[in-house]
Amino acid sequence: MTQIKSLADLKALKGSIQEKMDTRAKGNREGLVQVKVAMATCGIAAGAKQVFDYFLTECEKRHIDIVLTQTGCMGYCHAEPTIEVTVPGKEPIVFGYVDTKKADEIIEKYIKNGELVEGIIPVNYESVKEH
Amino acid sequence: MAKYKMHLLVCGGTGCTASQSHNIVENLHAELKAQNLQDDVQVILTGCFGFCEKGPIVKVMPDNTFYTEVKPEDAKEIIAEHIIKGRKVTRLLYTDPENKEHISDSKHMGFYKKQLRIALRNCGFIDPENIDEYVANDGYAAVAKVLTEMTAEQVIEEVKLSGLRGRGGGGFPTGIKWEIASKNHADQKYVVCNADEGDPGAFMDRSILEGDPHSVIEAMTINGFAIGATKGLIYIRAEYPLAIHRLQIAIGQAREYGLLGKNIFGSGFDFDIELRYGAGAFVCGEETALIHSMEGLRGEPTFKPPFPAQSGYLGKPTNVNNVETYANIPIIILKGANWFNKIGTEKSKGTKVFALAGQINNVGLIEVPMGITLREVIYEIGGGIKNGRKFKAVQTGGPSGGCLTEKHLDTPIDYDNLIAAGSMMGSGGMVVMDDTSCMVSIAKFYLEFTVEESCGKCTPCRVGNKRLQEILEKITKGNGTMDDLDALRNLAAVIKDTALCGLGQTSPNPVLSTLDNFWEEYVEHVKDKKCSAGVCKSLMRYVIDPEHCVGCTACARNCPVNAISGEKKMPHIINTELCIKCGACIERCKFNAISIK
Repeated sequence: MTQIKSLADLKALKGSIQEKMDTRAKGNREGLVQVKVAMATCGIAAGAKQVFDYFLTECEKRHIDIVLTQTGCMGYCHAEPTIEVTVPGKEPIVFGYVDTKKADEIIEKYIKNGELVEGIIPVNYESVKEH
Repeated sequence: MAKYKMHLLVCGGTGCTASQSHNIVENLHAELKAQNLQDDVQVILTGCFGFCEKGPIVKVMPDNTFYTEVKPEDAKEIIAEHIIKGRKVTRLLYTDPENKEHISDSKHMGFYKKQLRIALRNCGFIDPENIDEYVANDGYAAVAKVLTEMTAEQVIEEVKLSGLRGRGGGGFPTGIKWEIASKNHADQKYVVCNADEGDPGAFMDRSILEGDPHSVIEAMTINGFAIGATKGLIYIRAEYPLAIHRLQIAIGQAREYGLLGKNIFGSGFDFDIELRYGAGAFVCGEETALIHSMEGLRGEPTFKPPFPAQSGYLGKPTNVNNVETYANIPIIILKGANWFNKIGTEKSKGTKVFALAGQINNVGLIEVPMGITLREVIYEIGGGIKNGRKFKAVQTGGPSGGCLTEKHLDTPIDYDNLIAAGSMMGSGGMVVMDDTSCMVSIAKFYLEFTVEESCGKCTPCRVGNKRLQEILEKITKGNGTMDDLDALRNLAAVIKDTALCGLGQTSPNPVLSTLDNFWEEYVEHVKDKKCSAGVCKSLMRYVIDPEHCVGCTACARNCPVNAISGEKKMPHIINTELCIKCGACIERCKFNAISIK
């Protein structure tokens, strides 16, 4: 890792990472489906780790290229484990109560075919980012 | 398989289900089929939209049209107009209460988005173990600005102007705290992050550390620069292994990038952070006890003054702030104090994270602007009380706080209003209770916690709280007298006035606030020997109604203590002396002949 020694360094790094992230999110042809799994202690206790592993192994097995990342608490304790799926060109969708069975449904129906499945959690907050 | 072009999202939350959202789904399905559109448009039930008051909600995607108060018979019009002709059904759109305009996109509904995420801005959004994702979301831009463009005085001035107050519970103005620490000169100063989150049911700080550890590291560096400290310490409880793990990764990554260490951003400023583990004592959330624990001493508080800002860790000036307080700092620096101080109420700026729990539909971690009402939190974000029961109280502030009742539902939530209502902000636990909660038992629960957690140094807290607990125990057993209620009040007042630290001074709050708000319930326990919530076992009596009992013997056969007797096909009787009130008989009775009196 290179050291960040100045404001210019930080800006350059930010720019290069954002570019990479944009390709994922904006849905260029080569853009990939992005799956984020909420993995705070409580999410993991509810089974998020199994869901994460399931996406990892199953998507590889089924030859679906996705960007899989862990993230922190999404705040939907009542619906753990929760994941957010961003299909290129579409708004991110949060699914709750995701076990491996639901994960399979999400891969087969939503990721492959754009068909929604039950368990959608409507995002009910505004972030400072858009404020 | 069908490739849907449009989706109709119908709210399947409890409130909307009660107002027939399932019928809406059915009708939409039928209507789509009639128009032969079932392969183009998908109808799906979702979780709660958090807008229950205007439910049921139907959202059309991808154009984000948001219909409110939809009735099953509206399905036809939605399909015919919106789906087929592409015209929005205006009468079902949300009407802005102020300018009476129809709003179709939920993104523009100020009313809909009750939550604003500032401290939680990156939680559930970035990978906490990857510093690059934090950087891509303006991470470390605030500390860069501070170190390259601002003086320490300017930083403190900005934090003061923002109006940010300590999120650990006390609500002391953060900028003033920094200013005091900056004015005390010493060869070494310290910045301490208090991550000793101990309120039962509170997990805001853990969520921030697990979801966005770099924000705390960045804020501590800014704090260090502002007060002239080069060392930071995070006091975190060992029960938070994942938070510790992610903090360690984050600190390592920050060091590799040179964002911690020597000469940060080429400014000549050095700063580094170490972790200190706590053993999970509640009292160590108190600054002086926390500092003693970090020094390897017993986690006991000492009298203030001297304040940590004068003589803290190893006798040096020390600034202690809570995790959530720190999480607000980078964004205040980036967006400016004048942006932050427009959010919230006159004396409480910004937002507060709450762990919303208890008898509520959408249990969750929420972040709301100060000044929101309890009603909005419970009924709009929380989706209302579970099983449609009646709201009774909400406990805020944990063991140091109190219970708020129906009369407080429309009080704007901020530091000062909560104190005026006999509770406090605390670190942000919010436990919602329905009519099956006994308030005497709730007060007893919190007292048990305080008695367990009292460090024992001062007498009022060590002995006084134990006595309070004993009196409450006596009342819940049905042996209380009216004199006991007076004794509770007097003792509580003495503890409040004489205890050494914040833990003791606030520990009687759950008792006092329930006495004030639920006096009748205490009297009922004492005079009528009754607990109408059905919680206090000693006050319950199981009775068989001879008119309904058919003498099937199911109860008698399942009673673990043989307290039920009676001839076959004749009404049975429960011997209340033997009965242990386990409820096994009620479960077995098929004739609803057994009740609790």
